Amino acid sequence: MNRFVGDDVYLHLETTNGAYAAHRFGQPMAVCAYIRNGRVRFERAAIAGNRPYRVGLKMEQGWIYAEGLTDYEVDEKGRLLLAGHDDEGRLAVALQLSRTPWPMSALEEEA
Amino acid sequence: MAQVEKTRHLLLVYPHPDDESFGKAGTVILFTRAGTPATLICGTLGELGRNMGNPPIANRETLPKIRRKELEQACEILGISDLRLLGLRDKTVEFEDPERVADRIEAVIREVKPSILMTYYPGLGVHPDHDAMSNAAVIAVKRLPKEERPVIWGSAVVHEPEKILGEPDFVIDVSSVLEEKLAAMKAHRSQFSGIFARVEEALAAGGQAREEALRLLGTERYWVYRIDD
Repeated sequence: MNRFVGDDVYLHLETTNGAYAAHRFGQPMAVCAYIRNGRVRFERAAIAGNRPYRVGLKMEQGWIYAEGLTDYEVDEKGRLLLAGHDDEGRLAVALQLSRTPWPMSALEEEA
Repeated sequence: MAQVEKTRHLLLVYPHPDDESFGKAGTVILFTRAGTPATLICGTLGELGRNMGNPPIANRETLPKIRRKELEQACEILGISDLRLLGLRDKTVEFEDPERVADRIEAVIREVKPSILMTYYPGLGVHPDHDAMSNAAVIAVKRLPKEERPVIWGSAVVHEPEKILGEPDFVIDVSSVLEEKLAAMKAHRSQFSGIFARVEEALAAGGQAREEALRLLGTERYWVYRIDD
C-alpha cells in the first residue's frame, strides 16, 4: 500500500452481503455499497488486526476504511487487491488500488 | 405437465451468467433437442457476484472472465449456439435507460424472430437486475406489431408466486434431461459450489431428501406475461 502513497490512484471499494441476503439467507435486507474508480490520493496507509485485517488510508481531507479483509494479491498489472471472504468463500468486502482505471467491463478490457 | 415441442426460435433474456441455467436449463435443453434454435442475451458478466468459489478460484477482477467461460460451457450443454453479451455491469442494469437496453433487445428480436422469449417475470425477479432486464424485454416486445410478438415465458423468483399469479401456465417435466440440466448448472462452478455440495448430499442421502431434491430439480414452471395494449 505504501507504494501508492502520495500518487493519484483509482480505488475500488465495496462491501456486500449478497443480492439474496433477505430473500434466501434470512437477513433483514440486502446491503451493498461500492465505488469503482474513485480517484484518490492518500498520505498514510496502515493495516491493523490479525486476520481479518483492517485498513485505513489517510487522505488530506478524509479517510478510506475497510474491515474484514482476509486475503490479498498483487496482480500482473501491479494492482493491489484486498478482499474479505467468509467461510464459504463469498466476498464480503473488497478494497483495491490501481494506477490505471479499473475496467468497466471485461469486454472492454479485451478490446 | 406441458409438452415441449420444436418452435421457431427461442430467445432468452437474462442479466447474469447462470440465470439461463438455474431453474430453466431443463426446458432449454428440451427445446433445443427438439430442434429449436436458441439465442441468449446476457446483460452482464456477473462482475459483482459474491461467490468466488470455495476455496476462492476468482477475485473481483478475474471473476467476469471466469464467468464468461462458464457461461460458454453452459451454452454448449444447453444447445445455445448464439450468445450475445451486452457488456452492462452487474447491479447497474436498473440505472441504465430502459429504452436503450430495450433497443438492443429489440434489434436481436427483429433479427432472430423468436416465437418464445424466456425472461424473469417482470417485478417478481427479486434481484433488481432481473426485473430491469425483463422490463426492458417487455418494452422491446411492445414495440413489435402484435402478430409478430413472441410469447413471454416468465420465471418467478419470489417465494410462493402462485399467491400473486395463480397457477403457472407451463409446468415442464424435465426429469428426462436431469443429468444435462445438472451439468449446465455445474458449468457455473464459481457460483454454485456451495449449492451443489448440498444438492449432491441430498441425492446421495436417498429416501425423502432425494425425492424432494429430484422433485424440485425435475420440474420447471413458467407464467406467461401478457401485454395488454
